Amino acid sequence: MDSLNNYLFVSVILFSLGLFGVITRRNGVAVLMGVELILNAANLNFLAFARFGGMNMAGHVYALFVIVLAAAEAAVALAIIINIFNNYKTINIDEVSELKQ
Amino acid sequence: MANFVFWLIVGLTIGSAILVVQSKKLVYSAYALLFTLLGVTGLYVFLWADFLAVVQVVVYVGGILILIIFGIMLTNKITSVNISNTSVQKSIGSIVLLVFIAGLGFMVYKTPWVSVANSEPAQTTETIGRLLMIDYLLPFEVASLLLLGALIAATTLSRKDD
Repeated sequence: MDSLNNYLFVSVILFSLGLFGVITRRNGVAVLMGVELILNAANLNFLAFARFGGMNMAGHVYALFVIVLAAAEAAVALAIIINIFNNYKTINIDEVSELKQ
Repeated sequence: MANFVFWLIVGLTIGSAILVVQSKKLVYSAYALLFTLLGVTGLYVFLWADFLAVVQVVVYVGGILILIIFGIMLTNKITSVNISNTSVQKSIGSIVLLVFIAGLGFMVYKTPWVSVANSEPAQTTETIGRLLMIDYLLPFEVASLLLLGALIAATTLSRKDD
């Protein structure tokens, strides 16, 4: 457990799974979940390098900013998804290909 | 013991992450995301990031996950149990998944990372607070402006037009 590689491998797997979700999912909310997985993988990397790189606390501050950005992104993305649902009655993002109705 | 707990948490994180991207039902994905986030929180504790672990639970589990579940409920009929969540392009997705895991994993394995000897800090909150208020004051203020903008944007977008 006290090895940088273990955490990096977990982060790699989380990132790849998130990317897989973004590619294969067609539901807007599910795509958002994939993005959350990717952001968590990035955060894990920041903290792992902070821990094994001499406890440099700047990594913690960057992770904090990533969490702030994730919160803002989730709020705006869900507002957009709810608007799409009200206009199209679907959140299949393949069917939403027009800029105006 | 700590080793066993570590691998248990890793298994929980990766297993539920697979469920997030594989489950046929959207609500199951959302609940699996809960366990992924809690597993990542456990890894934060192993990385001596106690403050970030608490922030992760409060913001991700208490905020973002609730928002996502609200999104699921608001974009589907509440009575429909089988909220469909189909996947397409599975072959392309699997290829990308394997290429990324193999490539990044090989890179992680091959790179000679520098490991600095260090000891567990007594507390991290004070250091993070000092860094935020002195070294990273400008990004901190920009982040607060961004949150304000996101707040206004989200309310404006989801408001009904009169």
